[in-house]
Amino acid sequence: MTPIVKTEGLTHLYSPGTPFERIAVQGLDFQAMKGEFIGIIGHTGSGKSTFIQHLNGLLKPTEGRVLFEGEDIWSSKTKTHGVRFKVGLVFQYPEYQLFEETVYKDIAFGPKNMKLSDEEIDARVREAAGFVGIGEELLEKSPFDLSGGQKRRVAIAGVIAMRPDVLILDEPTAGLDPAGSAEILANIKEYHRGMGSTVLLVTHSMEDAARSVDRLLVFSGGHIVMDGTPPEIFARADELAVIDLGVPEVTKVVARLHKLGLDVPANIYTVEQAKAALMKLKGGAADA
Amino acid sequence: MLKNITLGQYFPGSTFVHRLDPRTKLLIIVVYIVALFLVDKIAAYLPVIVFLALSVAISKIKPKVLVSGMKPLFIIIVITAIINLFFTSGEPIFKLWVISVTKEGVRAAIFMLLRISLLIMGTFMLTYTTAPMQLTDGLESLLGPLKKIKVPVHELAMMMSIALRFIPTLIEETDKIMNAQKARGADFETGGLLQKAKAMLPLLIPLFISAFRRADELATAMESRCYSGGDGRTKMKQLSYGSIDAIAGAAVIILLAAVILLNTFGV
Repeated sequence: MTPIVKTEGLTHLYSPGTPFERIAVQGLDFQAMKGEFIGIIGHTGSGKSTFIQHLNGLLKPTEGRVLFEGEDIWSSKTKTHGVRFKVGLVFQYPEYQLFEETVYKDIAFGPKNMKLSDEEIDARVREAAGFVGIGEELLEKSPFDLSGGQKRRVAIAGVIAMRPDVLILDEPTAGLDPAGSAEILANIKEYHRGMGSTVLLVTHSMEDAARSVDRLLVFSGGHIVMDGTPPEIFARADELAVIDLGVPEVTKVVARLHKLGLDVPANIYTVEQAKAALMKLKGGAADA
Repeated sequence: MLKNITLGQYFPGSTFVHRLDPRTKLLIIVVYIVALFLVDKIAAYLPVIVFLALSVAISKIKPKVLVSGMKPLFIIIVITAIINLFFTSGEPIFKLWVISVTKEGVRAAIFMLLRISLLIMGTFMLTYTTAPMQLTDGLESLLGPLKKIKVPVHELAMMMSIALRFIPTLIEETDKIMNAQKARGADFETGGLLQKAKAMLPLLIPLFISAFRRADELATAMESRCYSGGDGRTKMKQLSYGSIDAIAGAAVIILLAAVILLNTFGV
């Protein structure tokens, strides 16, 4: 099976040939299969934003190739433009890109650029709004009258409406309260399940990553330094600490208990798992 | 791609030129421009070029940076030169159908080319070697006497520093919004003029909204720090003239004298 997106030796330099030249990412080999839910973690400046902007052809690799379904996205201009609809990218603070008079029109901007029929656009707008929990009554409102969390969800719907095979989100929960971010994460999970598409989630929060994804990439200094399932990654807490990344708080707690001699597995990374393990230890059922 | 704009950019340094009082630099630029416009013999450009070259060399600004900063204005310079070349009446040296190139035209074109380039490069040197805040401080101090006739000098200077401060921010923002809309399939490159203008809407509306939001936030931040205009406001960095300012002043007066001299006796 061909991977849906793949990079080969992807290297990107900013301002090449000037005194400001800087290597953003170097020699990245990456591939994602259809339906995977992948988390990307790393510090500011670790290259993750540069990396994701290559996947939909916003940035051109200085060296290396980016392949979508096995074909180089830079082989022709139409292909580069077309891949933007297949690989949907939601930027950080996407609510700042809203511009239309109504929520409906803003969500329809992407599908319209795809030159779809009016019925098709209408169906997609309603479907996308449904995924992010924007009700019918909001569709005819001005996007600027919505709350921050609603605006964010409208902006995400604007990308989802293109029905991308790969959905990439750059810190979709940044700056939202816990309830708002939980809601958005749930919306994204629902989209992933409902459409069977590949999702890449860039996040700073280990908790978010642990809760949602099946595979984690760790970026540091323009390289992918780790690639594995969350339990595999969080088992390497010492290496994560070297690049100033932590493991989820609950993992720390359980690891400490493990060290103190309690019979709990060391690679727990969600509160639910910790609860189950502790209840098992107590000898009771995990329902208290 | 927008990140390559160097217009109004400051290159930090601690050279002789960087250390000059901003007021001195502003006055020097005024004299430099006057000298530039006084030139009416080709030889008189020589001291101006030497003066500019010297300041570039002393300030360690790379000539390449200076030239690349001119790129956005290149078309204007070329058009001006061409208009001068073809539409100056005089003794024709070349004629093709209705177009004629005259001796005077060639001269005027060369003059314009040199004058505009030197003018732009000179002013670039000012912004390249002076921090925006210093520049506006200098301007405020120089225009100070106008306060007596009720010109809001402090407010103007403050507006200028805020504008300068936000140029890079807005460029960055434009870049971001552009990418976000491109990710939704917006096309900023192809199509006719009308189509292109229409395509700018998804960029301009969010940009304006964010500019207003920023202005609002900035106003709140300034007010919560008790900003209330220029009266009674003191400066953390006091401006003061030093011996280097005297040297630079002397240099620019020599420039002016040289230009006048060459104008009178040159060819």
